[in-house]
Amino acid sequence: MIAFSTQFALITLAVALLIAVVRLVKGPTLPDRVVAMDLVGVLVVGLIVVLAASTGVRAALDAAIVIALIAFVSTVAYGTYVERGHPE
Amino acid sequence: MMEVVSGVLWVVGSVFALLAAVGVLRMPDVFTRMQASTKASTLGLGCLAVGAALQLADTASAIRLLSIGAFLLLTTPVSAHVIARAAYRAGLPLWSGTVLDERRRDFERHGEA
Repeated sequence: MIAFSTQFALITLAVALLIAVVRLVKGPTLPDRVVAMDLVGVLVVGLIVVLAASTGVRAALDAAIVIALIAFVSTVAYGTYVERGHPE
Repeated sequence: MMEVVSGVLWVVGSVFALLAAVGVLRMPDVFTRMQASTKASTLGLGCLAVGAALQLADTASAIRLLSIGAFLLLTTPVSAHVIARAAYRAGLPLWSGTVLDERRRDFERHGEA
């Protein structure tokens, strides 16, 4: 059960990451890319959480916290950048 | 028992994350994409974090995982609001099938507030 769910979660998260990167490359405007980048950050955090729990490497959780923090700050920074009039 | 609960939570959480990604790819404009990504990814990562906390089963990891979940629950709506407001102010077009734009309606009724 746990081996199957670990593999299922890892494969599903990898496919989701791939789809989010497709939108990141395609995205016609900058806000589309910011939304995709935000999702990539969340998916990477999820991937690290699953990997840390299944391999027992507890130090990786600290990296997940840092990535979540940086994704939030960079999204807000891009938001103010777009709002000042750089929509492309 | 705990392993079964944690496995089910991981399957549910990763399926929600996949749905968020599919929504970001398939939705027609920035605002609907932002909406799909925000809701589904928050719930998905919450399920993944609770499942991992059940499986690691020690206090230090549980505190870290729950703080990741709580932090995401607080910051995702904020970042979604910031990026949606910026996109609207930058004048990005709404989807052609949009039936209600409350901000424009209020603007036409009351002027710039």
